[in-house]
Amino acid sequence: MALLQIAEPGMSTAPHQHRLAVGIDLGTTNSLVATVRNGIAVCINDEEGRALLPSIVHYRADGITDIGWAAHGAQSRDPRNTIVSVKRFMGRGLKDVTHVESMPYDFVDAEGMVRLRTAQGVKSPVEISADILKVLRGRAEASLGGELTGAVITVPAYFDDAQRQATKDAATLAGINVLRLLNEPTAAAIAYGLDNSAEGVYAVFDLGGGTFDISILRLSRGVFEVLATNGNAALGGDDFDHRLFCWVLDNAEIAPPAAHDARRLLLKSRYAKEHLSANTDATINTKLDSGERVELTITRDTFVDITRNLVAKTLAPTRKALRDAGLEASDVKGVVMVGGATRMPHIQRAVGEFFGQEPLNNLDPDKVVALGAAIQANVLAGNRRADDEWLLLDVIPLSLGLETMGGLTEKIIVRNSTIPIAKAQEFTTYKDGQTAMAFHVVQGERELVSDCRSLARFELRGIPPMVAGAARIRVTFQVDADGLLSVAAREMSSGVEASVTVKPSYGLSDDEIAGMLRSSIDHASDDMQARALREHQVEAGRLIEATEAALAEDGNLLDEAERATIVGMLAGLRRLTAGNDAKALATAVAQANQATTEFAARRMNQSVRCAFAGQKLDEIKV
Amino acid sequence: MSTDFSQDFFALFGLSPGFHLVPLALESAYHDLQARVHPDKFAHLPDADKRVSMQWATRINEAYRTLKNPLSRAQYFLHLNGVDTAADSNTTMPAEFLMEQMEWREAVDEARIAEDAGELEKLLLRLRHQHADVIGEIERDLDHSRDYQAAAAAVRRLMFVEKLEHDLLDAIESLES
Repeated sequence: MALLQIAEPGMSTAPHQHRLAVGIDLGTTNSLVATVRNGIAVCINDEEGRALLPSIVHYRADGITDIGWAAHGAQSRDPRNTIVSVKRFMGRGLKDVTHVESMPYDFVDAEGMVRLRTAQGVKSPVEISADILKVLRGRAEASLGGELTGAVITVPAYFDDAQRQATKDAATLAGINVLRLLNEPTAAAIAYGLDNSAEGVYAVFDLGGGTFDISILRLSRGVFEVLATNGNAALGGDDFDHRLFCWVLDNAEIAPPAAHDARRLLLKSRYAKEHLSANTDATINTKLDSGERVELTITRDTFVDITRNLVAKTLAPTRKALRDAGLEASDVKGVVMVGGATRMPHIQRAVGEFFGQEPLNNLDPDKVVALGAAIQANVLAGNRRADDEWLLLDVIPLSLGLETMGGLTEKIIVRNSTIPIAKAQEFTTYKDGQTAMAFHVVQGERELVSDCRSLARFELRGIPPMVAGAARIRVTFQVDADGLLSVAAREMSSGVEASVTVKPSYGLSDDEIAGMLRSSIDHASDDMQARALREHQVEAGRLIEATEAALAEDGNLLDEAERATIVGMLAGLRRLTAGNDAKALATAVAQANQATTEFAARRMNQSVRCAFAGQKLDEIKV
Repeated sequence: MSTDFSQDFFALFGLSPGFHLVPLALESAYHDLQARVHPDKFAHLPDADKRVSMQWATRINEAYRTLKNPLSRAQYFLHLNGVDTAADSNTTMPAEFLMEQMEWREAVDEARIAEDAGELEKLLLRLRHQHADVIGEIERDLDHSRDYQAAAAAVRRLMFVEKLEHDLLDAIESLES
C-alpha cells in the first residue's frame, strides 16, 4: 500500500481523493465484481475478458485450490472436493439444506452450520465463500491498481440474520472491508432506476441460481424506498435443474448413479434446461462411467409441466409482497427481471400474466446486481458527486421475535419494517426471587418457535431478587443498515446494573473467525502486525480528515476548551500515524472517536433542526 | 451523549400536531430528514459519526412509522395529550360493539372453514368500510371537537377492527398457499 500522505496542520488532505470501492455479487452459480469508472458502473473482467466467475471451489489433494473456471471441469471428475452452490449452505444446518441426498459431499453436521470434509480438511461454507471472494478482490485490486477501501456485498433480500452474518464474515475472512450488505433486488433497482430515470412503483423479480426474491419499491425524486420484500432463500435455477435431473433418472432406465455419474447427469440437465430457453426440445445424450448410456429428448412442454409447482412457488411470495406493500398488481409500473433463471420463457410468461404486462428485460440479468452494488459502493466510500444525491431505504425481510411461554413467538420487529430500526419490549419475572432470565431470539413469520429460525439464546443474570412480576426487563432489538440484529436486555426497576448485549451467531464464533483469519494470513505470508497497523493508519487518516472538515464547517458548535482538546487529539493521532506502534495508534483512534462523539452529535442535532427552518409548518414542498 | 431527541414526532417533521395530515407532506419531510442522517451518508466517516447517524435514522424511522399509520398516529397524539390508549381496557367497550365483533368473528370463521375465498374478500371489503368510518370519527374527535376521551374510545375500537382485518388477511393468505 502507498504511504498515507499527511497534510500540514490546517490544510485538509486531498479533498477529492478517489477511494477504490467495488460491488460484489456473491452468487449461487456465478460471482462478479464491478466498480464505477469515470461515473459509469462496469464489471471487472478476468484476464480472459470474462466477467462471470463460476462460484466453484476445487480443494485438490495436492493442496492447491482451484476457483472459478479452473474448478469448472473438476465437477464430475472430483465431485466430493469440488464445491458448487456453496451459497445454499451459508448460515444453514444440514437439516435445512434441500436435496442433500443427491449431493456428492462429505457433510459434517456441526452446531449451527454445516461443514464439508474435503481433501484439504473440513471447510465451513464461510471459508469456501471467502475463497471465491479473495479471487474477486485480487481481480479488482489488480485492475484498479491499489488496495480496496471497501466493498458492497449483495445478499438475497430474503436472507435471514444468520445468512447475512455468514456472508459478512466471509468477506472479513477474504480481507474485504464491508461497506454494506445490500439486498440483491435493491441493487438491481438502483442500476435500473438510475439508468432509466424511473419514477413510480416497480417490482424486481429476482430468480437466481439458488434464491428467489421479490421486492416492491417506490422510486421518487432520487429516493429508492423498498415497500415490501418476500421470497424463498432456497428456490432457484438449481431446483429446475434438479427437477429435470429427477425426470432423467425416472426415464433413463439406469441403475442409481454413483456420485460422478450423478453430477454429470445434473450438469447435462442444466445444459438441457438452458437449451430449452431458446428451443422447443433438448437432447440429453451421454455415456456414464458405469458403462450405461443415457439418450433422452425432453420437450419444452414437458419441462414446463414438471416445473409448474416451482413457478407457482415464485408467485405466492409475489402476492404476499404486494399485499404487504398495500398494492395491487395493476399499481406496478414495471417489473425488472433479474437472475439467470428468469431467462426461462415460462417464468417470463407467468410473471407477465401475473402483472398484466411484459416484464422488463433490458438489463443483463447476470450483471445488473453487481453493477447496482458498485454504484452504491462508490457512494458509500465517499466518492459521491454533488449531483449524485439519492437515498436508499430498505427493509428487513423477516420478523424478529422472542420465545414466550408455551413455545410461542412474540414478534418484536415485524417484517418489512424500514431499517435501521430499534424496538423495545418489557418482560417480567414469573417466580419470587428469580435472579436470571433466559431469552431465545427467533426469526420468521410462524407462531410456533419451532417453525422459526433460532438466532440466539442468552441469559440475563444478576436481577435483584423481587416478588414475581416486580422486575422490569427491557429487551431492545436493534437492526442496523446491513439488516443485522443485536439484542440487549436490561433490568430497569432496580437501577442495579444487569444488562447483556448479544449478536446472534450461526455456528461460527468470533474466535473461530479470528483463527481462520490468522491462518489464512499466515499462508499468505502476510504479517498480522503490519496489517493491523495499516488498518489503524487508514482509520486514523479518515478521522483526521473528517474531523478537520467538521471543524472548518461547524467549529462554532464547540467552545474554546473543547476545540483545543480535539485539536490536540488530532496532533497526537498524526504523530502516531507516522510511527509504527499499532497498539498505541489503536488506543489513540478509540480515544479520538470517543472525544468526537459529542461533536458529531451536536452537528447532527443542528442538521436535523435546520431541515425545516424557515419553512412554514405544513407547507413543505410536495 | 447529547443526541437531542426532545422534539416530538410532529415537530421533527415540521408538522403541526393533530390527526389530519397530508401524506405527501409527511413523506417528503421524511425523505428530507433521512437524506441528512441516513447511515449511507456516513459510511466513509469515523465511528462516532456512524453511531450518531444510526441513532437518528432509527429515531426518524420510528417517527415516520408512528405518524404514517392512522392508529398509531392517533395513539401518539393522545399520548402527547396525556391520554393512554395502550392499556387493555375491553371492559370499557360498549356491549353493542363487542356483540358486533363476535358476529364478525363467526362470519370469518365460517368462511375460513368453508374455504370460501370470495366470501372472505367480501368481508374484507366491508371491514375496510368500517375501518374508514372509525378513522373519520377519530379525526372529528381529535381535530374538531377535541373530545380526547371519545377519541380514545374510538381508537380502542379501531384496534379491534385492525386485529380482525389482520386475521382476515391471514385467512385469505392461508387459502392461497
